[in-house]
Amino acid sequence: MPAETTTGADVLAAVPHEPGAPKPDPIVVVDGMRKTFGGLVAVDVDHLEIQRGVITALIGPNGAGKTTFFNLLTGFDRPDTGHAVFDGKEIDGYRPYQLAGLGMVRTFQLTKSLTKLSVIENMKLGAKGQLGERFLPSLVTPLWRRQEREIEERAMELLRRFQLDHMRDEYAGTLSGGQRKLLEMARALMVEPKLIMLDEPMAGVNPALTQSLLEHVKRLPTEEGATVVFVEHDMDVVRDISDWVVVMAEGQIIAEGPHSSIGQNQAVIDAYLGAHHDAPLDADQEEEWLREDRLELGDVPPRREEP
Amino acid sequence: MTGIDWGFILNQTLARSLDLNAAVYALAAVGLNVHFGYAGLLNFGQVGFVAVGAYGMGLAITLWQTGPFVAVLMGIGFAVVFALLLGIPTLRLRADYLAIVTIAAAEIVRLLARSTALRDVTRGAEGLNEFIGPFRELNPFNPSLLYGIGPFQYRGSQFFAIVIGWVVTLITLLLVWQLMRSPWGRVVKAIREDEDAARALGKNAYWYKLQALILGGVIGGLAGMVLAIGNATIQPDFFVAPLTFFFWLVLILGGVGRVWSPVVGSVIFWALITFMRNLGRALVTEGLIPTSIMDTSQIDQIQFWIVGIALALLMVFRPQGIFGSREEMALDAR
Ligand SMILES: Nc1ncnc2c1ncn2[C@@H]1O[C@H](COP(=O)(O)OP(=O)(O)OP(=O)(O)O)[C@@H](O)[C@H]1O
Ligand SMILES: [Mg+2]
Repeated sequence: MPAETTTGADVLAAVPHEPGAPKPDPIVVVDGMRKTFGGLVAVDVDHLEIQRGVITALIGPNGAGKTTFFNLLTGFDRPDTGHAVFDGKEIDGYRPYQLAGLGMVRTFQLTKSLTKLSVIENMKLGAKGQLGERFLPSLVTPLWRRQEREIEERAMELLRRFQLDHMRDEYAGTLSGGQRKLLEMARALMVEPKLIMLDEPMAGVNPALTQSLLEHVKRLPTEEGATVVFVEHDMDVVRDISDWVVVMAEGQIIAEGPHSSIGQNQAVIDAYLGAHHDAPLDADQEEEWLREDRLELGDVPPRREEP
Repeated sequence: MTGIDWGFILNQTLARSLDLNAAVYALAAVGLNVHFGYAGLLNFGQVGFVAVGAYGMGLAITLWQTGPFVAVLMGIGFAVVFALLLGIPTLRLRADYLAIVTIAAAEIVRLLARSTALRDVTRGAEGLNEFIGPFRELNPFNPSLLYGIGPFQYRGSQFFAIVIGWVVTLITLLLVWQLMRSPWGRVVKAIREDEDAARALGKNAYWYKLQALILGGVIGGLAGMVLAIGNATIQPDFFVAPLTFFFWLVLILGGVGRVWSPVVGSVIFWALITFMRNLGRALVTEGLIPTSIMDTSQIDQIQFWIVGIALALLMVFRPQGIFGSREEMALDAR
């Protein structure tokens, strides 16, 4: 196991490997959250706690409800019923901008770079509490010039870390798909999030960039003090960076535990392969099956090559 | 037969390109630029804001006998209220809802203003005229003299409104320029690019869109007030729907999302229209176009065809407008 994640794993050592398991210090607690689209139950989560300061992977087959669950938590969609607490605060009915203000920031499965803004403007947008974003103060440059400079410095620092500093004045629309993912993540960090939720951050990123992106994600808890939840289909990635794995299928949480426990879990195998398999999987088989599963559904994100 | 008087045509073309209408169209297009060029709001009823601004100012004087400055504030207030009425119910919804509502609302304003039910207030189709007194008193120019230089000669009564029009346009442009280089402008542009991304980063997209709608609407209202002062009358049937499309044309001609482009667009638009109109008249009266094909009364229709064709050509060869950036246009396709 990589050294960076041991602290996270230690904290979770005593947590039982079962859906809805209570955590020592949850940053998010969800209860009875349900969302239906017509007759389809997209999300039906009884109870879920997300541990603060660790990296949690949310996995599950296509259509399991992962993105919808993100939307419900971040206020982009309203649950039919349910209740969520973030950082000790009830957040039912909160709007996305309010949640971002509390420190919950997300990225999107389909990257949302602001194409006609430059890379640096994209970054600066993320900063919170900007006086110059209010109408009247914006008219008087001296009121916000200093803050703007500070924000720009912070933005440049992050851009250097994400190796995007040479692109600072390019339109974000000219970046490659992978660079856009990097930019979106760096921009989210400008908000100084307590919880950062990444929806398939590696999808579409070329192998050369995947490694650096993974390193950035791994370091978020220690360097940024951020809790990370990410959705990912690539089991290599999940194994590499997650301290805890939550598995969703058909809207429900069907398993929880460190990644080593997941491949052996019967419910997970059934969810991915359909119910008639009985043999537990080793890691390689599991991965292969996960991969086949994607192939069958015709939705393969470009993934990194095997070494 | 005296031949075509090119000197006269050129003179007219130049004079009209800086005339009252050019200032009014420029202002209205600046408002649209705030809406569409920066905030991405589809407003197909800008003429409604123009009308509301004009009527707000006019009614303040005719109904409540306010002074001219209070009247202008009333015009602004009317435009703000109109923006709130349009924006509050629609700006949380998809972008097309605003578009639909603005088209309808602009027509409703015109029909209300000319309705017999409101006859005592708005004077119906006859329009408002008595509001002009206080503004005439402010006019430092002699109404019966000509002012200006070279081909740009205007009668004192008009000159006052023209000066006001261009000064207001200049101030408005500076305001827009400052806003759009500030963090406020960054948020607004971000919302234009991707509203959800802005929301995820903690920006209250709804509130910013409402602010942008109000700002652009008030600028449209100012256009209406300048127009009313220059024409010394407010006629409901001036504010017809096609006017909005001329404002759009002016904006697209200049280049969307550039601070100065509405002014350039408007000047070129009016130069083009005037040139076509006068050239057409000359050709007909000189017998170069036989009256069996066209007479002078049909020129006004033909000129719009030609403007339409010119616009189509512009879209083909320079879709970003005169000032717009091709590079930015190309990003849309990605
Ligand atoms: N707006 C919507 N209207 C109707 N059905 C929806 C909507 N959004 C999602 N769904 C359905 O809800 C289910 C869950 O979708 P969701 O996008 O959350 O899955 P996911 O786990 O993110 O899948 P993927 O791994 O493919 O991204 C799917 O069956 C999907 O078709
Ligand atoms: Mg998804």
